[in-house]
Amino acid sequence: MNKHDFPILQQTKNGKPLVYLDSSATSQKPQVVIDALRHYYEHTNANIHRGVYELSERATKLYENTRENIKNFINAKKSSEIIFVRGATEAINLVADTYGRINIKENDEIIISTMEHHSNIVPWKLLCEKVGAKLRVISISDSGEMDLDQYQKLFSAHTKLVAIAHASNVLGTINPIKTMIKIAHEHNAKILIDGAQAFPHLSIDVQDLDCDFYVFSAHKAYGPTGVGVLYGKEELLEKMPPYQGGGSMIETVSFEKITYAKSPAKFEAGTPDIGGVIAFNAALNYLKNIGMQNIMQHEQDLLKDATQKLSEFPELKLIGTAKEKLGVISFVLKDIHPHDVGTILAHDNIAVRAGHHCAMPLMQRFNVPAMVRVSFGLYNDKTDIDALLVGLHNTQRLFA
Amino acid sequence: MNDLRELYQETIIDHGRHPRNFGELCDATHHQEGFNPLCGDKLTLHLREKNDIVEQLMFEGSGCAISMASASLMTEKLKGKTKNEIQEIFSAFHEVVTTGDQKNIEKLGKLAVLIGVAEFPARVKCATLAWHTLMAIIAEKAGIVSTEN
Ligand SMILES: Cc1ncc(COP(=O)(O)O)c(C=O)c1O
Repeated sequence: MNKHDFPILQQTKNGKPLVYLDSSATSQKPQVVIDALRHYYEHTNANIHRGVYELSERATKLYENTRENIKNFINAKKSSEIIFVRGATEAINLVADTYGRINIKENDEIIISTMEHHSNIVPWKLLCEKVGAKLRVISISDSGEMDLDQYQKLFSAHTKLVAIAHASNVLGTINPIKTMIKIAHEHNAKILIDGAQAFPHLSIDVQDLDCDFYVFSAHKAYGPTGVGVLYGKEELLEKMPPYQGGGSMIETVSFEKITYAKSPAKFEAGTPDIGGVIAFNAALNYLKNIGMQNIMQHEQDLLKDATQKLSEFPELKLIGTAKEKLGVISFVLKDIHPHDVGTILAHDNIAVRAGHHCAMPLMQRFNVPAMVRVSFGLYNDKTDIDALLVGLHNTQRLFA
Repeated sequence: MNDLRELYQETIIDHGRHPRNFGELCDATHHQEGFNPLCGDKLTLHLREKNDIVEQLMFEGSGCAISMASASLMTEKLKGKTKNEIQEIFSAFHEVVTTGDQKNIEKLGKLAVLIGVAEFPARVKCATLAWHTLMAIIAEKAGIVSTEN
């Protein structure tokens, strides 16, 4: 699907086409996004929210257009609920630093899950250590699904916040977040959803979900690196202290007293990645034109095909077999370390991820030091899956 | 497949699958853990030293074929060597796997099979994990050794 829109996928190595199966790490960029970035630097580059000249006004408008587009894309109520950051990681850190600083106290509890990426573990752990709060962890089943009964039992009068992935970067599991959000609210806890993996593949409606925070990165959604988004409910953002101090986030400054700007400016100190934000709009429009529903359908077809072929592959064990999954498949081969598999596939110009995927607690849960992960983007097709299978056969032959 | 065969030579596959000197060492005088945070590989070295000579060297852990084979071949090669000799072999090994330079390769014996790693920069850390762990014992460093610092 639309492979021809992605210039990087046209390259070959020793006559072999690039088989890119690592979109969960970062997606490739369509020509329209590359063009938008280039066009910005060639025709529009100026700092935003300050110049009175035409160029700056144009840059500001384009930057704010992306915000507006994201608001519509995820159905937020207001564009002031959309905050630009560097990535999902920074968005989570922002919430931990600001919301956490004033709301999480000694003996409070934060619930996360076993399948979280390190970026949705470490900021909470740091916060807990700072204020004397505790982490509680949702367990997962052997197929890689959240244990909802146990989740319910984790709540106590001390639970202040839940932070969970919409979808797992390792298992592919799409979590029942709507239910989990409802449960959190029944216990008067706020909830942050890490949408880094889900956003590029699913339609998101933050009002329907009723989550308090939703975070994602542009670079996994066909946009440039260096841009991420924090969505937060207005009433929460209003009460949160600023994140970093600097230009743009203030109303007035004197050495005696500073008054802060409102969201989103309050959280966007300094010059942001203007070009990246503007180019991300091209990615959003690209996705909109294809349609999230079509993307989902296409990736589900690939998932089904690949899962079937891999499950028939000798001495291969799939890890993560949830009913609802994104196009992400992790596995281990008997007696061949994932790192070796990755190197041998790379030789055939097949890019997969091998390692712990920034999810060491999850590796422990499945009792493996590492896994091989294959993940699909909208540009993959069945020839990529076939190439992978040939590569895996070559791997086994080399080790035989 | 040519440079892949170069990387995954028979000896590497054999030592990767059936590592020598694998296990605990009850009368060890030194233990050291090594860790590669990039891939999650972990190993523990056990060493018995007497009068500046490494009398026995064993290891435990899990990892890719390259890291297991490198650890296995290292333990074979360094048994009975003095700290100075070990230092010298380490330098030669490090040079070979990072640059592919053949100059000092005869100092390495069987370890020379790891020269293919030089063509795969992402795998150099796999080949050197056991060595950095050992060098920490020799330098009497405390704490877990990481390939990342
Ligand atoms: C589930 C999940 N959360 C968070 C992140 C962090 O994203 P970034 O590195 O773009 O900040 C990732 C990236 O792999 C992820 O997969």
